[in-house]
Amino acid sequence: MLDLNLLGTASVVAALIGALCTAGVGYWAGYRRRPRLDVVARRGVYFVFFAMTAALAVMEIALLTHDFSVSYVASVGSRQTPAYYTAISLWSSLDGSILFWGWILAAYAALVARANRNTYPRMMPYVNATMMVVGVFFFTMLVGPANPFGEVSPVPADGPGPNPLLQNHPLMGLHPPLLYLGYVGMAVPFAFAVAALLTGNLGEKWIRASRRWMLPPWAFLSLGIVAGAWWSYEVLGWGGYWAWDPVENASFLPWLTATAFLHSVMVQERRGMLKTWNLSLVMGTFLLTLFGTFLTRSGILDSVHAFTEGLIGPIFLAFMTFVLVASLGLIAWRSDRLHAPGTLEDVASRETAFIFNNLLFVALTFTVLLGTVFPLIVEAFEGSRISVGPPYFDMVSAPIGLALLFLMGIGPALPWGRADWDRVRRTFAVPLGVGLAVSAATLAVGVRQVYPVLTFGAAGFVMTTIADEFRRGMEARRRISGARGLRALWELLAKNRRRYGGYVVHTGIVVIVVALSISRAWRFEREATIQTGEAMTIGDYRVELAEVWGEDQPQRFVVGSTFDISSGEGDRLGTMEPSLNFYPNSEQPIATPAVRSSPKEDLYLTLMAFDSEEGRHATVRAIVNPGVPWLWIGGLIVGLGAILAVWPTGSTRTSRSVSIPHRAADRRGDEGPP
Amino acid sequence: MSNRKSRKRLWMGLGIAAVVGAVALLVTGGLKDNVVFFLTPSELEAKGADVYDQPLRLGGQVKPGTVDWDAEASELEFVLRDDSSQVRVHSDGAPPSMFQAGIGVVVEGHYSRDGVFRSDRVMVKHSNEYSAPKEGEHPQEAYRTLIEKNGQ
Repeated sequence: MLDLNLLGTASVVAALIGALCTAGVGYWAGYRRRPRLDVVARRGVYFVFFAMTAALAVMEIALLTHDFSVSYVASVGSRQTPAYYTAISLWSSLDGSILFWGWILAAYAALVARANRNTYPRMMPYVNATMMVVGVFFFTMLVGPANPFGEVSPVPADGPGPNPLLQNHPLMGLHPPLLYLGYVGMAVPFAFAVAALLTGNLGEKWIRASRRWMLPPWAFLSLGIVAGAWWSYEVLGWGGYWAWDPVENASFLPWLTATAFLHSVMVQERRGMLKTWNLSLVMGTFLLTLFGTFLTRSGILDSVHAFTEGLIGPIFLAFMTFVLVASLGLIAWRSDRLHAPGTLEDVASRETAFIFNNLLFVALTFTVLLGTVFPLIVEAFEGSRISVGPPYFDMVSAPIGLALLFLMGIGPALPWGRADWDRVRRTFAVPLGVGLAVSAATLAVGVRQVYPVLTFGAAGFVMTTIADEFRRGMEARRRISGARGLRALWELLAKNRRRYGGYVVHTGIVVIVVALSISRAWRFEREATIQTGEAMTIGDYRVELAEVWGEDQPQRFVVGSTFDISSGEGDRLGTMEPSLNFYPNSEQPIATPAVRSSPKEDLYLTLMAFDSEEGRHATVRAIVNPGVPWLWIGGLIVGLGAILAVWPTGSTRTSRSVSIPHRAADRRGDEGPP
Repeated sequence: MSNRKSRKRLWMGLGIAAVVGAVALLVTGGLKDNVVFFLTPSELEAKGADVYDQPLRLGGQVKPGTVDWDAEASELEFVLRDDSSQVRVHSDGAPPSMFQAGIGVVVEGHYSRDGVFRSDRVMVKHSNEYSAPKEGEHPQEAYRTLIEKNGQ
């Protein structure tokens, strides 16, 4: 039989050696400008990708064939686990997820090398080399402290199976890969930033490249965050979707800085400003992805002092310090080339809006980061254990989020450079009126909570400005090509993907923010113990317990409850079956809540307790969650907009100017170095 | 000309300072009100009156034989202990499904003046990291009657 331990370890070692050599060759090729060596570096990147693909394939084979001599399989595999969950248990524990991580990194590196084999000749050797340096870090962990291919002897007959939380819902096959694709992808713009600093060519090129390579990981990260919230909602059984848990915050922080960059990069493209700022955002985003991995993977959250017990925490800390010092060093070294050729022309301009947008994004990053690490700081310095509750995060993020929402309506409608006040008044009169009307209407129907009133008003304002942008764009299309209606809309989207994709993303964000606001303000819950045949009422629902039952499944034992749901008027709406799943490797049952969605609200049932002898009664928590379905719809809209914005197109740059009816369109000459 | 430029700078500076100041206020105020201390029963005993009515998290083990769950009133009472000390806990709402005597739990709430910890949230302690599972119990056996009732 094939020795999978050896094969896997050999692949990882090959990837490590390949990455080391390629990094060396790449930097040398960039430094000495040897095109022939560039080719060698590029092939080295492909080699590393193939080695990691081999390692991944070996691991999947080991998992699916239940080869318990492989240490990772022995720790997460089980003959009873269904094949789907066995395949995705690759990312159900530390070693496997670092393998997956390393493979994604190698895949991104190969993709970047291949896609840019004929472009950016000066930067690409450095980009390839930098990607490989990041690779060396992850591959070292795979060879050393997190080797998933360790040899287990004697070979156990069966394993415990993956963490029950991670084999309880099919979304587990989607949420982590999306997050990883987002997280790891942030290394690419970082590599371009490093390459730009090393070549000293800090003009337009690196900005264009890093913007292009930032968008896909940003889209993956956005979808990953929404999928994570959805998973949390469908699996954890507490009826919420976001708890400001450090693990959640870890995914949110780089998203914030990446989003800031996607906006500030436009200021540099148009006005040549914010050079150092943009470099810092890209580097900060990458650092935050490392920090997030460190936070969730090193065990530091359990206790500040726990993480030093393993090697993984210190290695991570060392690499993060290295990246930070190297980034700051490079920026300082090139500071003479980083002065801005452009200046702010007027306070009332789109660049001002973007500067404040960035200020708010970074402020939000800082407040979330502080709340996340505050317990660690206190424990390290004072020894007392504290936690920072969700109310802190809600309290600081709500006003900042609201301000950002408002800016979302202002920024895109202001011209670059200098605003003409009459035009500003005309542009904003209608949207502001709509926003005020929405707020007034919200007040009129009796809502007295501050945030919903403000949020709905801001949402009305933003949506009106977006609609206005579309209207003006379509009018321009009609002037140019004579297209009308849907055809004009199609042409508009097809020819200005980045701009209108951005507006679609904004629309999705508005939907999410409104849904968040509604679900937070009007959620209510009731918990009751019900006998079979009896019912409780919550909102407009009557929830009647029909039966408590048990079922043996191969990998788990399920205790379920069947509830008949009817409306207040007595119409039958169907049945819901919340259950508790008992896994042999877990002392605690894992809940599967039942969710009944309608456009207006979710009815969410969690089985809390049951009569274990005769199944005569069950304790259920019922939650009415208004607006929640729109969170997922908003997430999809964001994803669609991002795809629209990323979709490769050859004609964007020439067509952009004709469809922008602002005089700013004429200012494109300002772009890049003078 | 330079006058216009400096006024522009002034406005931007004022705007940025206002944002930074507001965020700083939010953060300090938010942190002050929302830091929850995590204590063990012995630490709680030592602090006693100092922490009355403060938001707290208390972690310990559910003392066997002390759990009193009133399903009608949806009230739960039990004693939480550590090696040297114990505290009576009163909680509204059903215990989490895995709640049982002897298990480690964290309760969130406050220590009231009558010496009872009033909790609004009981969480069964579970590790965040995917530690190797211990020898678990076999719920199949415990709840076998539910299967038999279904005629399976």
